[in-house]
Amino acid sequence: MIDFTEEQLERYSRHILLDDVGVDGQEKLLQAKVLIVGAGGLGSPAALYLAAAGVGTIGIIDSDSVEISNLQRQIAHFTKDIGVFKVDSAAEKMQAINPDITVRTYKEYLCAANITKIIAGYDFIIDGTDNFPTKFLVNDACIFTGIPFSHGGILRFNGQTMTVVPGESACYRCSFREAPPPDAVPSCAQAGVLGAIAGMLGTIQATEALKYITGVGELLTNGLLTFDARTLTFRKINLARQKSCPVCGEEPSITHLVDAEQSVCELKSEPVAAPC
Amino acid sequence: MQITVNGEANELHEAEVNLSKLLEIRRVESPEMVAVQLNGEFVDMENYPSTFLKTGDDIEFLYFMGGGSR
Repeated sequence: MIDFTEEQLERYSRHILLDDVGVDGQEKLLQAKVLIVGAGGLGSPAALYLAAAGVGTIGIIDSDSVEISNLQRQIAHFTKDIGVFKVDSAAEKMQAINPDITVRTYKEYLCAANITKIIAGYDFIIDGTDNFPTKFLVNDACIFTGIPFSHGGILRFNGQTMTVVPGESACYRCSFREAPPPDAVPSCAQAGVLGAIAGMLGTIQATEALKYITGVGELLTNGLLTFDARTLTFRKINLARQKSCPVCGEEPSITHLVDAEQSVCELKSEPVAAPC
Repeated sequence: MQITVNGEANELHEAEVNLSKLLEIRRVESPEMVAVQLNGEFVDMENYPSTFLKTGDDIEFLYFMGGGSR
Protein backbone atom coordinates (compact mmCIF):
# COMPACT_ATOMS: atom_id res chain seq x y z
CA MET A 1 0.00 0.00 0.00
CA ILE A 2 1.34 3.38 -1.02
CA ASP A 3 1.36 6.14 1.59
CA PHE A 4 -0.20 8.99 -0.33
CA THR A 5 1.27 12.41 0.38
CA GLU A 6 -1.04 15.34 1.08
CA GLU A 7 -0.19 16.66 -2.36
CA GLN A 8 -1.07 13.36 -4.04
CA LEU A 9 -4.37 13.15 -2.15
CA GLU A 10 -5.20 16.60 -3.47
CA ARG A 11 -3.87 16.04 -6.98
CA TYR A 12 -5.87 12.84 -7.44
CA SER A 13 -8.85 13.87 -5.29
CA ARG A 14 -11.32 13.76 -8.19
CA HIS A 15 -10.34 10.16 -8.90
CA ILE A 16 -10.36 9.22 -5.23
CA LEU A 17 -13.88 10.63 -4.91
CA LEU A 18 -15.14 8.16 -7.49
CA ASP A 19 -16.55 5.09 -5.73
CA ASP A 20 -15.26 2.80 -8.46
CA VAL A 21 -11.73 4.22 -8.36
CA GLY A 22 -10.98 5.49 -4.86
CA VAL A 23 -7.60 5.22 -3.14
CA ASP A 24 -7.20 1.63 -4.32
CA GLY A 25 -7.76 2.54 -7.94
CA GLN A 26 -5.38 5.48 -7.73
CA GLU A 27 -2.76 3.21 -6.22
CA LYS A 28 -3.19 0.82 -9.16
CA LEU A 29 -2.73 3.74 -11.56
CA LEU A 30 0.44 4.89 -9.83
CA GLN A 31 1.85 1.38 -10.06
CA ALA A 32 0.79 0.82 -13.66
CA LYS A 33 2.93 0.91 -16.79
CA VAL A 34 1.42 1.99 -20.12
CA LEU A 35 3.23 2.22 -23.46
CA ILE A 36 2.04 4.68 -26.09
CA VAL A 37 3.09 3.84 -29.64
CA GLY A 38 3.28 7.06 -31.62
CA ALA A 39 3.53 10.55 -30.14
CA GLY A 40 1.21 12.08 -32.73
CA GLY A 41 -2.47 12.86 -33.04
CA LEU A 42 -3.71 9.98 -30.88
CA GLY A 43 -0.63 9.57 -28.70
CA SER A 44 -0.57 13.25 -27.67
CA PRO A 45 -3.94 13.43 -25.89
CA ALA A 46 -3.52 9.90 -24.54
CA ALA A 47 -0.09 10.80 -23.10
CA LEU A 48 -1.29 14.01 -21.49
CA TYR A 49 -4.37 12.43 -19.89
CA LEU A 50 -2.52 9.35 -18.65
CA ALA A 51 0.18 11.60 -17.17
CA ALA A 52 -2.46 13.76 -15.52
CA ALA A 53 -4.20 10.63 -14.19
CA GLY A 54 -1.03 9.55 -12.43
CA VAL A 55 -0.21 6.44 -14.43
CA GLY A 56 3.12 5.79 -12.71
CA THR A 57 5.22 4.76 -15.70
CA ILE A 58 4.43 5.85 -19.23
CA GLY A 59 6.57 4.77 -22.16
CA ILE A 60 6.29 6.66 -25.43
CA ILE A 61 7.89 5.59 -28.70
CA ASP A 62 8.29 7.60 -31.90
CA SER A 63 11.29 8.23 -34.15
CA ASP A 64 9.96 11.43 -35.71
CA SER A 65 10.56 15.09 -34.94
CA VAL A 66 7.86 17.73 -34.70
CA GLU A 67 6.86 19.41 -37.97
CA ILE A 68 4.69 22.50 -38.33
CA SER A 69 1.92 20.47 -40.04
CA ASN A 70 1.64 18.30 -36.90
CA LEU A 71 0.58 21.19 -34.68
CA GLN A 72 -3.01 21.34 -35.99
CA ARG A 73 -3.83 18.17 -34.03
CA GLN A 74 -0.84 16.78 -32.10
CA ILE A 75 -1.50 18.79 -28.97
CA ALA A 76 1.49 17.68 -26.93
CA HIS A 77 3.69 19.68 -29.30
CA PHE A 78 4.00 23.46 -29.36
CA THR A 79 5.34 25.81 -32.02
CA LYS A 80 8.62 26.10 -30.12
CA ASP A 81 9.07 22.32 -30.46
CA ILE A 82 9.43 22.23 -34.25
CA GLY A 83 12.48 20.09 -35.01
CA VAL A 84 12.51 18.49 -31.55
CA PHE A 85 12.00 14.73 -31.17
CA LYS A 86 8.29 14.12 -30.59
CA VAL A 87 8.97 11.90 -27.59
CA ASP A 88 11.11 14.59 -25.92
CA SER A 89 8.48 17.24 -26.62
CA ALA A 90 5.69 15.00 -25.26
CA ALA A 91 7.71 13.96 -22.20
CA GLU A 92 8.35 17.61 -21.31
CA LYS A 93 4.59 18.37 -21.28
CA MET A 94 3.76 15.15 -19.41
CA GLN A 95 6.26 15.93 -16.67
CA ALA A 96 5.08 19.52 -16.52
CA ILE A 97 1.53 18.31 -15.91
CA ASN A 98 2.62 15.70 -13.40
CA PRO A 99 6.16 15.46 -12.00
CA ASP A 100 4.91 12.50 -9.96
CA ILE A 101 5.28 10.06 -12.86
CA THR A 102 8.13 8.45 -14.77
CA VAL A 103 8.26 8.90 -18.54
CA ARG A 104 10.39 6.57 -20.64
CA THR A 105 11.13 7.76 -24.15
CA TYR A 106 12.11 5.59 -27.10
CA LYS A 107 13.47 7.32 -30.21
CA GLU A 108 13.09 4.20 -32.26
CA TYR A 109 11.01 2.85 -35.07
CA LEU A 110 9.00 -0.09 -33.79
CA CYS A 111 9.73 -3.24 -35.76
CA ALA A 112 9.66 -7.02 -35.50
CA ALA A 113 13.21 -7.10 -34.13
CA ASN A 114 12.68 -4.70 -31.21
CA ILE A 115 8.96 -4.79 -30.33
CA THR A 116 8.96 -7.79 -27.97
CA LYS A 117 11.74 -6.30 -25.87
CA ILE A 118 10.18 -2.82 -25.81
CA ILE A 119 6.66 -3.88 -24.81
CA ALA A 120 7.82 -6.38 -22.15
CA GLY A 121 6.74 -5.27 -18.69
CA TYR A 122 3.99 -2.90 -19.81
CA ASP A 123 0.45 -3.55 -18.57
CA PHE A 124 -1.38 -1.93 -21.47
CA ILE A 125 -0.46 -0.50 -24.86
CA ILE A 126 -2.04 2.33 -26.80
CA ASP A 127 -1.66 2.06 -30.56
CA GLY A 128 -1.50 5.56 -31.97
CA THR A 129 0.53 4.70 -35.05
CA ASP A 130 -0.06 6.13 -38.48
CA ASN A 131 0.54 3.04 -40.56
CA PHE A 132 -0.95 -0.42 -41.00
CA PRO A 133 2.23 -2.52 -40.88
CA THR A 134 2.92 -1.20 -37.38
CA LYS A 135 -0.72 -1.62 -36.32
CA PHE A 136 -0.60 -5.29 -37.32
CA LEU A 137 2.82 -5.68 -35.69
CA VAL A 138 1.46 -4.25 -32.41
CA ASN A 139 -1.54 -6.59 -32.63
CA ASP A 140 0.56 -9.69 -33.25
CA ALA A 141 3.16 -8.86 -30.59
CA CYS A 142 0.39 -8.23 -28.05
CA ILE A 143 -1.31 -11.53 -28.93
CA PHE A 144 2.02 -13.37 -28.51
CA THR A 145 2.87 -11.69 -25.19
CA GLY A 146 -0.68 -11.46 -23.80
CA ILE A 147 -0.56 -7.68 -23.29
CA PRO A 148 -3.91 -5.91 -23.88
CA PHE A 149 -4.01 -2.90 -26.17
CA SER A 150 -6.24 -0.25 -27.67
CA HIS A 151 -6.34 0.08 -31.45
CA GLY A 152 -7.13 3.52 -32.82
CA GLY A 153 -7.40 5.11 -36.24
CA ILE A 154 -8.54 8.43 -37.65
CA LEU A 155 -9.02 9.75 -41.15
CA ARG A 156 -10.77 12.84 -42.47
CA PHE A 157 -13.84 13.14 -40.19
CA ASN A 158 -13.91 9.54 -38.97
CA GLY A 159 -12.43 7.57 -36.15
CA GLN A 160 -12.42 3.98 -34.97
CA THR A 161 -11.20 2.17 -31.89
CA MET A 162 -11.33 -1.24 -30.27
CA THR A 163 -9.73 -2.81 -27.23
CA VAL A 164 -8.08 -6.21 -27.51
CA VAL A 165 -7.54 -8.53 -24.57
CA PRO A 166 -5.46 -11.38 -26.00
CA GLY A 167 -6.98 -14.81 -25.59
CA GLU A 168 -10.32 -13.34 -24.55
CA SER A 169 -11.60 -10.98 -27.21
CA ALA A 170 -11.48 -10.44 -30.97
CA CYS A 171 -8.13 -9.12 -32.17
CA TYR A 172 -7.43 -6.61 -34.94
CA ARG A 173 -6.63 -9.42 -37.38
CA CYS A 174 -9.92 -11.21 -36.63
CA SER A 175 -11.61 -8.45 -38.60
CA PHE A 176 -8.92 -6.82 -40.71
CA ARG A 177 -6.63 -9.77 -41.54
CA GLU A 178 -3.72 -8.01 -43.22
CA ALA A 179 -2.47 -4.57 -44.14
CA PRO A 180 -4.09 -3.18 -47.29
CA PRO A 181 -1.81 -2.65 -50.29
CA PRO A 182 0.29 0.49 -49.68
CA ASP A 183 -0.93 2.21 -52.87
CA ALA A 184 -4.56 1.94 -51.69
CA VAL A 185 -3.90 3.65 -48.38
CA PRO A 186 -4.71 7.32 -47.95
CA SER A 187 -2.72 8.84 -45.08
CA CYS A 188 -3.60 11.87 -43.00
CA ALA A 189 -0.88 13.63 -44.99
CA GLN A 190 -2.77 12.95 -48.23
CA ALA A 191 -6.41 12.81 -47.20
CA GLY A 192 -6.48 15.31 -44.36
CA VAL A 193 -7.99 15.02 -40.91
CA LEU A 194 -10.09 17.30 -38.76
CA GLY A 195 -7.73 18.08 -35.87
CA ALA A 196 -10.10 17.70 -32.96
CA ILE A 197 -11.09 14.13 -33.81
CA ALA A 198 -7.58 13.09 -32.78
CA GLY A 199 -8.56 14.28 -29.32
CA MET A 200 -11.92 12.49 -29.45
CA LEU A 201 -10.26 9.19 -30.29
CA GLY A 202 -7.08 9.52 -28.22
CA THR A 203 -9.02 10.30 -25.06
CA ILE A 204 -11.24 7.24 -25.60
CA GLN A 205 -8.07 5.17 -25.83
CA ALA A 206 -6.72 6.75 -22.63
CA THR A 207 -10.05 6.00 -20.94
CA GLU A 208 -9.77 2.35 -21.91
CA ALA A 209 -6.27 2.20 -20.39
CA LEU A 210 -7.55 3.74 -17.15
CA LYS A 211 -10.52 1.33 -17.10
CA TYR A 212 -8.27 -1.67 -17.68
CA ILE A 213 -5.91 -0.67 -14.87
CA THR A 214 -8.61 0.13 -12.33
CA GLY A 215 -11.02 -2.61 -13.43
CA VAL A 216 -13.86 -0.11 -13.77
CA GLY A 217 -16.75 -0.92 -16.11
CA GLU A 218 -16.57 -2.93 -19.30
CA LEU A 219 -13.85 -2.58 -21.90
CA LEU A 220 -14.50 -1.90 -25.57
CA THR A 221 -13.75 -5.53 -26.42
CA ASN A 222 -15.53 -7.53 -29.14
CA GLY A 223 -16.73 -4.28 -30.63
CA LEU A 224 -15.44 -1.62 -33.00
CA LEU A 225 -16.55 1.87 -32.04
CA THR A 226 -16.73 4.11 -35.08
CA PHE A 227 -17.77 7.71 -35.43
CA ASP A 228 -18.38 10.25 -38.14
CA ALA A 229 -17.80 13.75 -36.78
CA ARG A 230 -19.81 15.35 -39.60
CA THR A 231 -23.04 13.96 -38.18
CA LEU A 232 -21.59 13.03 -34.80
CA THR A 233 -22.91 9.53 -35.29
CA PHE A 234 -21.36 6.85 -33.10
CA ARG A 235 -21.77 3.14 -33.84
CA LYS A 236 -20.51 0.11 -31.99
CA ILE A 237 -20.17 -2.80 -34.40
CA ASN A 238 -20.19 -6.18 -32.71
CA LEU A 239 -17.12 -8.27 -33.40
CA ALA A 240 -16.30 -11.78 -32.31
CA ARG A 241 -13.15 -13.86 -32.22
CA GLN A 242 -12.81 -15.67 -35.53
CA LYS A 243 -11.75 -19.32 -35.62
CA SER A 244 -10.17 -18.46 -38.98
CA CYS A 245 -8.05 -15.62 -37.55
CA PRO A 246 -4.46 -16.02 -38.81
CA VAL A 247 -2.96 -15.06 -35.44
CA CYS A 248 -5.43 -15.88 -32.65
CA GLY A 249 -7.58 -18.48 -34.44
CA GLU A 250 -7.61 -22.26 -34.25
CA GLU A 251 -4.94 -22.85 -36.86
CA PRO A 252 -2.78 -19.72 -36.88
CA SER A 253 -0.61 -19.15 -39.93
CA ILE A 254 1.27 -16.31 -38.21
CA THR A 255 3.51 -17.77 -35.57
CA HIS A 256 6.28 -15.21 -35.41
CA LEU A 257 6.69 -11.47 -35.98
CA VAL A 258 7.63 -10.11 -39.38
CA ASP A 259 7.95 -6.61 -40.80
CA ALA A 260 5.48 -5.87 -43.56
CA GLU A 261 6.07 -3.48 -46.41
CA GLN A 262 5.82 0.13 -45.29
CA SER A 263 2.83 2.23 -46.25
CA VAL A 264 3.07 5.39 -48.31
CA CYS A 265 2.79 7.29 -45.02
CA GLU A 266 6.33 6.29 -44.24
CA LEU A 267 7.73 7.48 -47.53
CA LYS A 268 7.04 11.13 -46.80
CA SER A 269 10.19 11.54 -44.78
CA GLU A 270 12.88 9.18 -43.66
CA PRO A 271 12.62 7.96 -40.08
CA VAL A 272 15.17 9.69 -37.90
CA ALA A 273 16.38 6.49 -36.34
CA ALA A 274 17.37 3.85 -38.84
CA PRO A 275 14.58 1.34 -39.41
CA CYS A 276 15.41 -2.22 -38.43
CA MET B 1 -34.67 -8.82 -50.66
CA GLN B 2 -34.20 -7.14 -47.32
CA ILE B 3 -30.70 -6.93 -45.89
CA THR B 4 -28.95 -4.81 -43.28
CA VAL B 5 -25.85 -2.86 -44.27
CA ASN B 6 -23.87 -1.05 -41.58
CA GLY B 7 -26.85 -1.24 -39.25
CA GLU B 8 -29.38 0.18 -41.72
CA ALA B 9 -32.17 -1.71 -43.48
CA ASN B 10 -31.67 -1.98 -47.24
CA GLU B 11 -33.96 -3.22 -50.00
CA LEU B 12 -32.19 -4.87 -52.92
CA HIS B 13 -34.17 -5.11 -56.12
CA GLU B 14 -31.79 -7.41 -57.95
CA ALA B 15 -32.56 -11.11 -57.57
CA GLU B 16 -28.98 -12.27 -57.23
CA VAL B 17 -26.44 -10.08 -55.48
CA ASN B 18 -23.01 -11.21 -54.42
CA LEU B 19 -20.65 -9.23 -52.18
CA SER B 20 -18.71 -7.82 -55.16
CA LYS B 21 -21.97 -6.44 -56.55
CA LEU B 22 -23.00 -5.07 -53.16
CA LEU B 23 -19.72 -3.13 -52.91
CA GLU B 24 -20.52 -1.66 -56.34
CA ILE B 25 -24.12 -0.81 -55.39
CA ARG B 26 -22.88 0.88 -52.22
CA ARG B 27 -20.27 2.79 -54.24
CA VAL B 28 -17.33 1.60 -52.16
CA GLU B 29 -14.49 3.22 -54.09
CA SER B 30 -11.56 1.22 -52.67
CA PRO B 31 -12.65 -2.30 -51.76
CA GLU B 32 -9.07 -2.95 -50.56
CA MET B 33 -9.72 -0.47 -47.74
CA VAL B 34 -12.79 -2.33 -46.47
CA ALA B 35 -13.08 -5.58 -44.52
CA VAL B 36 -16.44 -7.30 -44.93
CA GLN B 37 -18.29 -9.10 -42.20
CA LEU B 38 -21.38 -11.18 -43.09
CA ASN B 39 -23.59 -12.18 -40.16
CA GLY B 40 -20.65 -11.70 -37.83
CA GLU B 41 -18.18 -13.74 -39.88
CA PHE B 42 -15.18 -12.36 -41.75
CA VAL B 43 -15.35 -12.91 -45.52
CA ASP B 44 -12.15 -13.21 -47.53
CA MET B 45 -11.97 -10.86 -50.50
CA GLU B 46 -11.44 -13.75 -52.89
CA ASN B 47 -14.81 -15.17 -51.81
CA TYR B 48 -16.82 -12.01 -52.59
CA PRO B 49 -17.93 -13.22 -56.06
CA SER B 50 -19.16 -16.56 -54.72
CA THR B 51 -20.90 -15.11 -51.66
CA PHE B 52 -24.54 -14.46 -52.60
CA LEU B 53 -26.78 -12.55 -50.25
CA LYS B 54 -30.14 -13.65 -48.91
CA THR B 55 -32.95 -11.90 -47.08
CA GLY B 56 -32.07 -11.12 -43.51
CA ASP B 57 -28.29 -10.97 -44.05
CA ASP B 58 -26.41 -8.50 -41.88
CA ILE B 59 -23.39 -6.95 -43.59
CA GLU B 60 -20.81 -4.66 -42.04
CA PHE B 61 -18.19 -2.77 -44.02
CA LEU B 62 -15.28 -2.20 -41.65
CA TYR B 63 -13.05 0.56 -42.99
CA PHE B 64 -9.30 0.41 -42.54
CA MET B 65 -8.34 3.51 -40.63
CA GLY B 66 -4.75 4.44 -39.99
CA GLY B 67 -3.91 7.97 -39.05
CA GLY B 68 -2.67 8.95 -35.68
CA SER B 69 0.97 9.76 -35.64
CA ARG B 70 1.91 11.68 -38.74
